[in-house]
Amino acid sequence: MPAFVSDYWLGVVLVPMLVLALAGLGLNLLTGYAGQISLGSGGFMAVGAFATFNLATRIPGLPLPLALILGGLIAALAGVLFSLPSARIKGFYLMVSSLTAQFFFEWLFQQVPWFYNNASAGTISLPNMSVLGINFATARGSYYLTLVTVTLGFWLAYNLLRGNTGRVWTAIRDMDTAAAVIGIRVYRYKVLAFGVSSFFLGIAGALWAFAYLGTASVQSFDLDRSFQVLFIIIIGGMGSLAGNFIGSIFILLLPLLLDRISQGVFSGHLGEGFLQNVEKVIFGGLIAFFVIKEPDGIANLIQSLRDRVRVWPLRF
Amino acid sequence: MRHFLMATAAFAAIATAGLAAGAEAAPNTQYIPLPTYRVGPYASSGTLWWAGEIDYFRYINEAEGGVDGVKLDYQEFETGWSPDRTVEVYERTKNGKNGEPVAFFFTHGTPATYALIDRAAVDKIPLIDPAGGRTESADGTVFPYAFPLLFDYYSQASVGINFIAQKEGGFDKLKGQKIVTVYLDSAYGRETQPAIALLAKKYGFQNIQLSVSDPGSEQSAIWRQVREIRPDWVFLRTWGVSTPVAIKTAVRFGIPVKHIIGDVWAGSEADVIPAGSAAIGYEALAPYPGGANFAIDDRLRKAILDKNESNLADTKFFGAVYYNIGLVNAALAVEALHVGHKHFGNRPLNGEEGRWAFEHLHIDNARLAQIGFLGLLQPINVTVTDHEGGGAARIQQWDGKQWHVVTDWIQADHALLEPLIKAKSAEYAKEHGITPRAADAED
Repeated sequence: MPAFVSDYWLGVVLVPMLVLALAGLGLNLLTGYAGQISLGSGGFMAVGAFATFNLATRIPGLPLPLALILGGLIAALAGVLFSLPSARIKGFYLMVSSLTAQFFFEWLFQQVPWFYNNASAGTISLPNMSVLGINFATARGSYYLTLVTVTLGFWLAYNLLRGNTGRVWTAIRDMDTAAAVIGIRVYRYKVLAFGVSSFFLGIAGALWAFAYLGTASVQSFDLDRSFQVLFIIIIGGMGSLAGNFIGSIFILLLPLLLDRISQGVFSGHLGEGFLQNVEKVIFGGLIAFFVIKEPDGIANLIQSLRDRVRVWPLRF
Repeated sequence: MRHFLMATAAFAAIATAGLAAGAEAAPNTQYIPLPTYRVGPYASSGTLWWAGEIDYFRYINEAEGGVDGVKLDYQEFETGWSPDRTVEVYERTKNGKNGEPVAFFFTHGTPATYALIDRAAVDKIPLIDPAGGRTESADGTVFPYAFPLLFDYYSQASVGINFIAQKEGGFDKLKGQKIVTVYLDSAYGRETQPAIALLAKKYGFQNIQLSVSDPGSEQSAIWRQVREIRPDWVFLRTWGVSTPVAIKTAVRFGIPVKHIIGDVWAGSEADVIPAGSAAIGYEALAPYPGGANFAIDDRLRKAILDKNESNLADTKFFGAVYYNIGLVNAALAVEALHVGHKHFGNRPLNGEEGRWAFEHLHIDNARLAQIGFLGLLQPINVTVTDHEGGGAARIQQWDGKQWHVVTDWIQADHALLEPLIKAKSAEYAKEHGITPRAADAED
């Protein structure tokens, strides 16, 4: 595919879309499969980004893919730490406690200059992004890096979900008391879900910082990012792998599409400020429409459409 | 796995659909993309800023027939001040529009400058971020494509201290004084710290840094602390809602407002009007002084405002600080294009030519008088080694209704700050494997 598309499409459309799909996958494992609601996604993404940055800059010769995986593991550790409240609380209360992760990491990476190597403005960037002669700093390089990482991530998650772990998570989501009664160690699997989820979120955070933006600061991982990831799985589809891609396309590309349409059609006829606000209204309206029409996400909508088409001529 | 394949197929479809290339005959027009924020938390200041920029570009196009005959094609893109969106806009526009090249890119925000600095160096597009940006990029030998024009963060610190010394009656009077910096805890807020630390060492004042956490709508605890310190001066480096809250709270805790000096981004109407009577007598650094009595304002009134063509929704903001920020930034760009035209001919410039133009930007008082910016803009002299080119600010005082400029241009102590900038840029060069250009590379 890279042969056919421009650097613009690779670098600033496909890369962020893939990265956000991976972040969506992280949260989807936790929320869509294991049933634990979290608003700390941005915080765990920040952990992944800052951990990868510190590993890559402080350990000379550490190849980028390894730094990425280690960064993900550190994020997983942070996820495990913040999963401790899930032993006692659930639902909305757990969501509130996950907010502490968000605010704690935002504070930590702002206040402790060691994490950003005492850079004057608190930003991080990787000076050397090449591995085996491939420079990941170019649009094509970052696209391949992201594509390979995201594909591996989804392959891993797909297998995890088809195995015992996935079934146990689904059991906990559907009714945790019943799961405990049939002998599942609910708490242990909840912690595992937090860990795996944060692993993917951490890698997504590092990719967002280095493959997409190039330079990031903690502001790239604020509460808005957490909400964005949550919206991706709500709109795309909870408990669906394809839903992560659909949600990410919706959240990321629809504003761009609206922007292009309004630039092309209305530019010069209406005030800029007015146009921007109309765009927001349309975007919000579409979100409301899809959530009302299809609470299980667009992935489910497509599924039922396909089922209907498959039996279409001989419905009865 | 089926879902997975379908999603991949969907990508391919979407990715190929939007490809359109339009290469027509190159028109005699310069393309200027403007990443703006008319929505979001900083919209109230942004809206005036873009109005200033657009009014000036429109004035150049309509009243002066373009820059040396080259018309300006400006286009806005909403970003909501998000660096992520600015990156997207940059990538979308960096190759120009319908054959019109891009000579420079206004980032309109320090975080966006940071995010773009490496890309722009590769793409050869100059990033223009007046009174902001990455401070060490003032060293153009390491950062050929970044221009923290006019008034970088170290200069802000230096001018602040120089003004305090002026009020005290000399630098020797600073010895032993307590100067508290109250800053918004962000990249912008921390950026001046190394410079103030250096100045404190030189002049022997006590440097106390206190942070306000974002967004800073409650500050009692900090100002109680300030009160206990009993400082001689307070340097206020906040932005957005944190400024009026700071002024109000400071006055409530009995800190005289006349001993608070605001920084550039804490010195607009939006910062003092909400503080009410507490802000009367408050002074702030003004590389962009407020007011509508400069020569350019009469020309704008005649050519734009009286014809109802202003981008301002409400013309009572004509002459507001943020409007003037837009005017000055647009004028810097227009002057740079003018410099470029003299060298390359009267045609649209590309990014490399744009860099040459900005690196030879020289505006003296005679030229300022000619374009009507005398008093509003300081004399500018950008070189390869100095991408700031200015480094001075006036001081303006709020009287409860409007800002009054109370001093002439106060210059920053460049000789003192330069080694600091050099050290930081050398560090960057080493990290990124950049060999700095020679200072006379462009002569």
